[in-house]
Amino acid sequence: MSDVHYYHGLAKSMMFTIVLVSFTPLMLITLIAGYQYSVAYKEKIVDHLREIVLKHDQSVDSYLEEKVAELQVLADVEGVLSFRNEESLVRLHSALVRRHGGDFVDLGLVNSKGIQVAYSGPFKLQEANYTEAEWFKAVKKRQVYVSDVFLGLRGVPHFIIALRLEADGQEWVLRTTLDFIAFNKLVEDIRIGETGMAFIINREGEFQTTPRRDMTAEVPFLRQLASGMHLNTGLVRGRATMVTAVNPSTGRDTIFVTSLIKNGDWLMVYQQDESDAFSALNQARNLATVVLLLGGIGIAVMAYLMSKRMARKVEMSDLEKEMMNEQVIETGKLASVGELAAGIAHEINNPVAIMVEEAGWIQDLLDEGLGVDDNNREVQRALTQIRNQGIRCKDITHKLLSFARKIDPTVKPVFLNELVQEIVDLCEQRSKFASVHIETSLSGSIPQVAASPSELQQVFLNLINNAIDAMEPGGGNLDIKTRNDDGMVMVSIEDTGCGIPKANLQRIFDPFFTTKAVGKGTGLGLSIIYGIVNKMGGEITVKSAVGKGSIFSIRLPTACSAGLEPEKDKPVGDPNSDSLV
Amino acid sequence: MPATILLIDDEQGFVDTMAKRLGKRGLTVSTAYGGEEGLKLLDNDRAIDVVVLDVKMPGINGIDVLKTIKAAHPLVEVIMLTGHATVESAIEGMKFGAFDYMLKPCDMEDLISKVGEAYEKKDAQETKIIEARARHIELRRGD
Repeated sequence: MSDVHYYHGLAKSMMFTIVLVSFTPLMLITLIAGYQYSVAYKEKIVDHLREIVLKHDQSVDSYLEEKVAELQVLADVEGVLSFRNEESLVRLHSALVRRHGGDFVDLGLVNSKGIQVAYSGPFKLQEANYTEAEWFKAVKKRQVYVSDVFLGLRGVPHFIIALRLEADGQEWVLRTTLDFIAFNKLVEDIRIGETGMAFIINREGEFQTTPRRDMTAEVPFLRQLASGMHLNTGLVRGRATMVTAVNPSTGRDTIFVTSLIKNGDWLMVYQQDESDAFSALNQARNLATVVLLLGGIGIAVMAYLMSKRMARKVEMSDLEKEMMNEQVIETGKLASVGELAAGIAHEINNPVAIMVEEAGWIQDLLDEGLGVDDNNREVQRALTQIRNQGIRCKDITHKLLSFARKIDPTVKPVFLNELVQEIVDLCEQRSKFASVHIETSLSGSIPQVAASPSELQQVFLNLINNAIDAMEPGGGNLDIKTRNDDGMVMVSIEDTGCGIPKANLQRIFDPFFTTKAVGKGTGLGLSIIYGIVNKMGGEITVKSAVGKGSIFSIRLPTACSAGLEPEKDKPVGDPNSDSLV
Repeated sequence: MPATILLIDDEQGFVDTMAKRLGKRGLTVSTAYGGEEGLKLLDNDRAIDVVVLDVKMPGINGIDVLKTIKAAHPLVEVIMLTGHATVESAIEGMKFGAFDYMLKPCDMEDLISKVGEAYEKKDAQETKIIEARARHIELRRGD
């Protein structure tokens, strides 16, 4: 138990248990909650982006539709004649500018040959020839045409609305230039995060609005995106499509949200770096990671310190227990000595009584005078008797003293037969009065055993005392045998006492288990014996039959097997020693 | 007339010396070295008045010897001798009819005076018995 490795192992297993038990739920919660949160949050972000794009795509569409409608109203109300007149055109244009801000940059009427016959605006475009202009060709086929952004004659990016009119069998085209900057504002204002921005491209991937930054590197990619969009027949108005792809210009994962506007001519594109769009999510993830890491470190440190402290406490309590055990053994020894005391007291008292009587007898003889009869010889005899009885007392006290000295747990080679004999002598008086006949058959060929002599004394004294108790009243026979047993030494103590019931047999080695009356026994004797024998590397077994008696067998390791040098100075035993006591 | 005593103890040296000392003081003393021997002696020798009995003996112990004596010879008085450790059994002995008990080793004068008391008690009892018997005879004849 005092093994350092044992406590290290204990601390380690405690630490791992604590870490595992506290870290697993933490980890699970973080992962599950984190996953759920990120899914929900991404969904929300995506919905939000779609919403924004749709909203703006509607506002762009309605802006254009509104302008077209404006122009149509103008055409319906005023008629071509009023446009042909330069003065009234200027009046109309200034009215439009006044009411609509700077949206309508200019206003012009083009005849069927592509010549602008009337014009009102900041540029000098009277008589300008639009025969080759794309919008002019397009408006011939359609009633209304809204052009892409182009430089045109003036060399400034702009786009126009052209409206075909018919009057007096002649075809006219009313055209107006829309303010590109105001239009640009519609989409330019969409800014989310650091990289989020919106722009419009046409079928060819040409920008219809000015992006916030230079995007020439992305043009091929956007063109591809645009054509891909158009191929996808599943595209419907009122629904934004979302694609996540690597942006070739930045090399980062980028979200593209696209939506068709202007009857599919233009594509509203919203793009944002993924990391930017989900920056809050990433922050949350980073925070969770940091908390998890710090928590993990905290748990590990605490587990380490706590398990170390616990292990130390266990070690301390084990040590205390061991000390307590020693004290219990000491107490048990005193108890067994106390049991002996009655017998011993009587044993000492007897010679003392004899000495007192002899002394009194000498006194009597002295009173009578030494010369009378053979009084002198009688005094001599009395003195010899006193001396003999004194020696008897000395023997008894020495026997007792040799037993009662402090227990020394040091294991050394022990001559078992001698030790058994000593204890038998010690118990002789008690057994005599209890009418117990002790018989020993000690094998002369047994080797020395490795044991602590004082502890072994206690083992045998307790067992013999128990056996004598079991045979009370009425007495019986007590057989003590020693013999070789498969490399160990076996001692058996067999009594003809009351025996132990089967139910109790399991528990007799438990501490404080006793069948004696309260105050008569501590219930510690056999548990102490068990502890002592186990500690020496031996084993104790018991067989018992109620009414017939019990056999306690103890197997002890030999001194050789325990690696001890056997002592040579004492005889191993009388070869024909099967002695009877 | 001094008392006749029987000493019963398993310690031979003790019994012998005690017997010699009591004898010197004019008492008639018989000795026995065990319970059975003592009971046998008592059966054979009707003259014994007081038994001095050791409580703790191998074989039949003192209490059992006492019970047998009281059953077979109710008039014989018994003084128990005991070591300290067996005072309880001596007291128990008095419940079974012992006259008194003494601790070993005992003072000779005390022992003799106790023996004297016990003898007087026995004597008085015997006298009463004789008187009763005489009265009984008188009553039968007193017509």
